Amino acid sequence: MGREYSRTERTVAEARPRKNHLHRYTSSHAPNVIPTSGARESSSTVSSVRRLRCASQLQRYTLLGVLFFGAITSIGVSTAAAEVPQSQASRSLEVCDPSVIPISGSGVTSILESNSAPAREVRSLGYLVVAICAGIFVVVQTFLVLAIVRGVRASRVANASAGSGAEPVQVFGSLPIEVAWTVIPFIIVFVLTMVTIRTIRDIDLTKPPEGALTVTTIGHQWWWEFRYTAADGSTVITANEMHIPAGRPIWVELKSADVIHSFWVPRLAGKLDVIPAKTNALWIEADVPGIYLGQCAEYCGTQHAHMLLRVYAEEPAQFDAWLAAQAAPAVEDATVTVGRDTFTAFSCFNCHAIAGTSEGLFGPNLTHLASRDTIGSGSIPLTRSNLVQWILDPNTLKPGCNMPSLKLEPAQVESIVDYLMTLK
Amino acid sequence: MTHASESSTPATKTPESFWEIVGRWSMSVDHKKLGMMYVGAGLIFFLVGGLEAAFMRLQLAQANLKIIDPETFNQLFTMHGTTMVFLVGMPILLGFGNYLLPLMVGARDMAFPRLNAFGFWLFIFGGLLLYFSYIGSQGLYGAPSAPDVGWFAYAPLTDRTFSRGNSTDYWILGILVSGFGSMTTAINFIGTILCMRCPGMTLMRMPIMAWMMLVVAALVLVAIPVLTGAQIMLLLDRSFGAHFFDPETTGSAVLWQHLFWFFGHPEVYILILPAFGFVSEILPTFSRKVLFGYPLMVAATVSIGFISLGVWAHHMFVVGLGPVLNSFFGAMTFLISVPTGIKIFNWIATMWGGRLRFATPMLFATGFIAMFVIGGLTGIMLATVPLDWQLSDSYFVVGHFHYVLFGGTVFGIFGALFYWFPKATGKMLSERLGKWTFWLLFIGFTMTFMPMHVSGVLGMPRRIYTYEADRGWEIWNLITTLGVPVQMAGVAIFLWNVVKSLRSGENAGNNPWDAWTLEWSTTSPPPEWNFDRIPTVTSARPLWDSAHPEDPDAHYE
Amino acid sequence: MRTMSKFKPTLSRAKVGMASLIFMESALFSAFLVTYLYYIGKSPTGPQPMDCLDLGLVTINSICLFASSATVVFAVRALSRGSLKGFQVWMLLTILLGLEFLIGTGLEWKKLIEVQGLTIDSNVFGTTFYTLVGFHAFHVIVGLVLLTGTFMLALCGCIKPERDTERVEIATWYWHFVDVVWIVVFTLVYFVGKVPQEALS
Repeated sequence: MGREYSRTERTVAEARPRKNHLHRYTSSHAPNVIPTSGARESSSTVSSVRRLRCASQLQRYTLLGVLFFGAITSIGVSTAAAEVPQSQASRSLEVCDPSVIPISGSGVTSILESNSAPAREVRSLGYLVVAICAGIFVVVQTFLVLAIVRGVRASRVANASAGSGAEPVQVFGSLPIEVAWTVIPFIIVFVLTMVTIRTIRDIDLTKPPEGALTVTTIGHQWWWEFRYTAADGSTVITANEMHIPAGRPIWVELKSADVIHSFWVPRLAGKLDVIPAKTNALWIEADVPGIYLGQCAEYCGTQHAHMLLRVYAEEPAQFDAWLAAQAAPAVEDATVTVGRDTFTAFSCFNCHAIAGTSEGLFGPNLTHLASRDTIGSGSIPLTRSNLVQWILDPNTLKPGCNMPSLKLEPAQVESIVDYLMTLK
Repeated sequence: MTHASESSTPATKTPESFWEIVGRWSMSVDHKKLGMMYVGAGLIFFLVGGLEAAFMRLQLAQANLKIIDPETFNQLFTMHGTTMVFLVGMPILLGFGNYLLPLMVGARDMAFPRLNAFGFWLFIFGGLLLYFSYIGSQGLYGAPSAPDVGWFAYAPLTDRTFSRGNSTDYWILGILVSGFGSMTTAINFIGTILCMRCPGMTLMRMPIMAWMMLVVAALVLVAIPVLTGAQIMLLLDRSFGAHFFDPETTGSAVLWQHLFWFFGHPEVYILILPAFGFVSEILPTFSRKVLFGYPLMVAATVSIGFISLGVWAHHMFVVGLGPVLNSFFGAMTFLISVPTGIKIFNWIATMWGGRLRFATPMLFATGFIAMFVIGGLTGIMLATVPLDWQLSDSYFVVGHFHYVLFGGTVFGIFGALFYWFPKATGKMLSERLGKWTFWLLFIGFTMTFMPMHVSGVLGMPRRIYTYEADRGWEIWNLITTLGVPVQMAGVAIFLWNVVKSLRSGENAGNNPWDAWTLEWSTTSPPPEWNFDRIPTVTSARPLWDSAHPEDPDAHYE
Repeated sequence: MRTMSKFKPTLSRAKVGMASLIFMESALFSAFLVTYLYYIGKSPTGPQPMDCLDLGLVTINSICLFASSATVVFAVRALSRGSLKGFQVWMLLTILLGLEFLIGTGLEWKKLIEVQGLTIDSNVFGTTFYTLVGFHAFHVIVGLVLLTGTFMLALCGCIKPERDTERVEIATWYWHFVDVVWIVVFTLVYFVGKVPQEALS
């Protein structure tokens, strides 16, 4: 019939003594096996001390392990969850409203800090799943620890009553228990699936939400390009810093110019890959103004680590002003014509576009370079000395990047930088 | 009963010369020698892969360090992943299967011994070819370069345009060749299990490990050819201008991901199921109890095999497949946690009510359960599609898969090494050193991989050679790096244990652990013909039956 | 020891081995078939299936290949009856029919490359066509090597009907597999995939 049987059947059989086949097992291998003297626990101090020491060793190690594990976990959880004050970063930069959104410290790219509706939905789902998993963890590990403790104790007791050599009750299975622990996980999984599908439906949009502003993001090997449609219908192209109006849904269209990248700003949304010949789209919506940091999250080559993202959420009026300024032609400053001529004389213009001067598409658009805070895709602050060093040899700041050193004279570089710093 | 032991030198026989020994091993078709060579080679690659990881952790210990340049770092993580999956996990696990299966089913050798040897040498050649790239390949500017495209080599990064030189070709060819080795081993497993079981051993009387190996072999035969096909397509793209994965000419980068992960997901089940088998053999022996729920374990294993073929796109949730596909694959991934959980419950039920002996194999098996539960639960978090949109490609995933592959597979491998070393060599490993190994590995492993979950939640992506200083990631990366020397100490002690025990370890005898499956009925090490007489079995635990003739398992079938 | 009632007779190792090999090769072909299916109609430029793929020559090739499956069955039957001569004749016929398939495929490719300009790098149709059909042709070559080897062994008298019939039969399973794959490839490439570009948009 079935493969289960009851304990009583077995205990009847157990009444017949069985040989203990542990005779090959010496005490150096099995601290829980009684030494061949066959002494009982109460009567032999030596063997009882050895057993006690061995047992307490196990307990000590287990306790240490659990404490260590618990310490690491609790430090991690508490630190990650706590609000960390802004620290004095060596690269503190001009921001819209620094008192609201931190740009350095532990929470700055945390998925638990959500400043956007989709990020918040993900976070609440995350909390639910983590809670369920924590519950399962506690139950399973408790049973495991209990099984260990009981088993070690049973083993000691069995060794103490030397000579009986009985094996424990052999349990082949139990239909009700096995059904229970098949059905209950199924139910948990079913609940999780339903909740997940609901959240997917809410966030994984196939068309832009009402009133969304569309920003086209193009990933390049190791920098980000952003395109907007200006008020007059023209296309505004900028790089590395994405400005959006706060409080309004943004439909980020994601494209790639070369390999697969991934757009990830944890406080604003989950990530979405940027794939050549495929247009993906992501809904983000910053609640409050601030700078939201992120970086490319799909390995894309040598400088994947420095393909950072900076999303500047601004008040709508400020954003409109910014967009208008970006749509305006390049600043024409008569004092820097030397620099501009140097720019066009050398091959800079082949890669970099400056409206009215050059039309290169391979590198970032520099029309309004000086209005940005960083260069090198967010990894280097925009200061005069940094820009000089960059143009002299980009590989000193971002080794392996696609911009070569043009081996310019320092004087030439200075004049180019003079020119570039006027491009607000 | 005398037998020709490899290490004995009777007075009448002259000792073998070094070259005679080399010849005997290199031309062997004996599954035991091949199994040991698989495991040995795999352990050597384990050390190499571990070194690659150690260098990476050195570079990542603090923000903006310049110990290792980005090109080298990218090669390191590519080679670390590729080595650990293809040159450590697969060979060691299949090597254990090679060694144990004929002994467990009561056969004299595998079904196709010469094919077995061929497969082993293919694996060696593939591994050496991959590592030759460090010195031989023409990277950019002609410098030698190991592959640097990541172990899953996404297109179009692997295109000729973006991966100049030959390093990616080495990646393709090395794995292609060793993949053929795995396929021949799988054919051997199936042939042995289906055709060469001893009299009386029905499929439901096989050791549970044989079931795991059967499902693993079937998965290998389904999954690896798809990788082979994809790699051939990539080779054609790179060498003959084909357009499979080239988006600039209407190819599809996403197609590579589908093909790769259709292989990649069953691959990770190939890596974990044998470890499940090891644990399922170790736990009953050291709990002195039969495995709880054998038929349900078999059913769970087979269903894991089937479902694992339908979850691959959970590695692609961030690709933008659309809500329908995302939901389907999310649901399937949740589903596969059910049979996996069932196995965990079965193991705990096996231990429950038993009399536990915490020898080193049992420590590793118990550690396996504890770590695998954590890895499995973080897997459930990743299966939650919207949460995966935040956690994918971050250090959280790295923590998750190391918990299941290191805390799972590697701990299982160490448990198996300690458990079957006496059988294979006739010597016991030192328990004292074994316990040191376990605790050092356990503590070092937790120090390294638990904080990764935190840095992932804090927004740290994968595969970056350095990171910004002001994002709160530094402390977690430092703890992670500090775990590395602890693990290295554990591994070093293990190696010392092996050397010492081979030289002067205690004699093991046939059955030092008093286990119940057939391999323990023959000598340690077994003679070349395995069994003096092919046994006939009447239950899944033949040695229990012979030790307890008044109460054999056959009564409970 | 008693014989157990639950014991089953052993399966043939060779059959299980060959079946596993065929299973594995099916997985390999599935990768190429799925890729071909995926890329149907996705070549905006370059030679198109409607224009390139002509059913004339390939039908002859296919008939020869299907016929070779039949002749190889007759060969095995002859061997099992003990007729070595009959086995050799039917085997030779099989090999010749297989060779015709290869030569015919080569001729078709020559026409495609020279006349239509379809190459592996012309467009994704070219890429997937040559890879899929090429891999099948490669397996035909391997099968022919297997059959030719068997034929040679028969010629030098190494094949003994009472000992080797099963082995030869298992070798012919590979040939039947190659045939079945061709049915699938042929249908996919020359019928399913031959839709005009407009029909797919």
